[in-house]
Amino acid sequence: MNRTLLKALDYHRGEVSGLTAVAGSAVFGLARGGLLALFALGFFAPQALAQESPYIVTYDHHLEEPGNLEVEYFSSFGKQRGANDFHSYWMEFEYGATAWWTTEFYLDGQTTFHDSTLFTGFRWENRFRPFRDEHFINPLIYIEYENISDADKIIKEVEGHDVESDHADSNAVLRKVHNHELEFKLILSKDFKGWNFAVNPLATKNLSPSNPWEFGYAAGISRPLALKASANRCTFCRENLIAGVELYGGLGDTQSFGLHETSHYLAPAVAWNLPSGWTFRLSPGLGLNNNSHRLLLRWGLSREFSGFGEIVRSLFGGQS
Amino acid sequence: MKKDKAFVMAAAALLFFDVTALTQQRRPRSDEPIEVVFARVPEKAHVKRNPLEDDPEAAAAGRKLFEQHCAECHGEAADGSMRGPSLRDGGVQQGTPGEIFWILTNGVVRRGMPGWSKLPEPQRWQIVTFLRGASRSTDETGANHPIRRP
Repeated sequence: MNRTLLKALDYHRGEVSGLTAVAGSAVFGLARGGLLALFALGFFAPQALAQESPYIVTYDHHLEEPGNLEVEYFSSFGKQRGANDFHSYWMEFEYGATAWWTTEFYLDGQTTFHDSTLFTGFRWENRFRPFRDEHFINPLIYIEYENISDADKIIKEVEGHDVESDHADSNAVLRKVHNHELEFKLILSKDFKGWNFAVNPLATKNLSPSNPWEFGYAAGISRPLALKASANRCTFCRENLIAGVELYGGLGDTQSFGLHETSHYLAPAVAWNLPSGWTFRLSPGLGLNNNSHRLLLRWGLSREFSGFGEIVRSLFGGQS
Repeated sequence: MKKDKAFVMAAAALLFFDVTALTQQRRPRSDEPIEVVFARVPEKAHVKRNPLEDDPEAAAAGRKLFEQHCAECHGEAADGSMRGPSLRDGGVQQGTPGEIFWILTNGVVRRGMPGWSKLPEPQRWQIVTFLRGASRSTDETGANHPIRRP
């Protein structure tokens, strides 16, 4: 990039960051408000102890309990070479529609330091369990619709030729490109002697016809620190802590399948399931090659609300 | 303008999400004969022994797990609710530990009970130990009173 172009880009950044500041602060307020609402609800809603896995990117075959709503807030701090670091965040509303179908709604946003804060889009995700009983390996079908801009940096999955430099442009430039995507995953997962093993191959199609199918993967392994429960309610029991590690990355697309120009991450992860129904997750993701962000530090807080479906139905006069 | 459109689409999608999810959630039927559920249990699961049968702490831990994961559907006293059947009636009590363990692991998915394989195997056996203890307490008294703390 020559000096003139850089100057022009800097000018452009300055101009638009002013415009986006108002919208950005609203989004930041929304995220903060969401987190506060999550805390407030947590104190008054019926309690349900979550037994959540530590995975942030990988999925296992366990669905949300029917009628329960899990509200989750996640943050990712990303190191960015050649541009500003960022803090991306998302809210998840995960609902157990039936014992074989879990549906989830996401709202995404991000703050790029020294740039601006943006709402970057939404996702609607569905996971279906095709078989009624446990098998040697348990499959789930995953289908997601994404309506996000190029400024989306939550990196909930890595696909195709997603690389660090995709995030190097200013928000003003990135937000102009809007994507409508369908994402499919085959979730394969097994529990064995307290360990969980999960592998998720994925394929994504941008709905604009010129874009190829993109591929990626995520895999994880996790285990509670203790397999037996203790007799007393406790916050710091080993059984409440689940540790694991995730590996995820892109596999190119239909035009150039493989590892060339792809990014990959290794992320140790831990979940702490509190008896009060809250779950705290922490996962520092380390980039494995020069195309990856060097660090993606993620944390999340979630709370499960039992009987949410019945409460809502009774509010609207339905039978509970 | 594009931003407004994205917000409107997000709101519409959220509404659709709510409506579809809530209308799909059926009330679980608690009137399915337990024999039908037990009939699905594979032969080798019938005779599986509870490895924590003699563990003095298993029932207490099982009670804690039951309260945390099961009571919201099956009731604090395991005597059933609108969302799930009683686990203290004759049908369930006639099941072997292996059968109860298998149902706990696999769930009765089409009737709304999720599988609990996400709990490690020893924890599922702890719940089985607790439920068996609860059934014995019912046998002794003949009444369907709240489960006593072990």
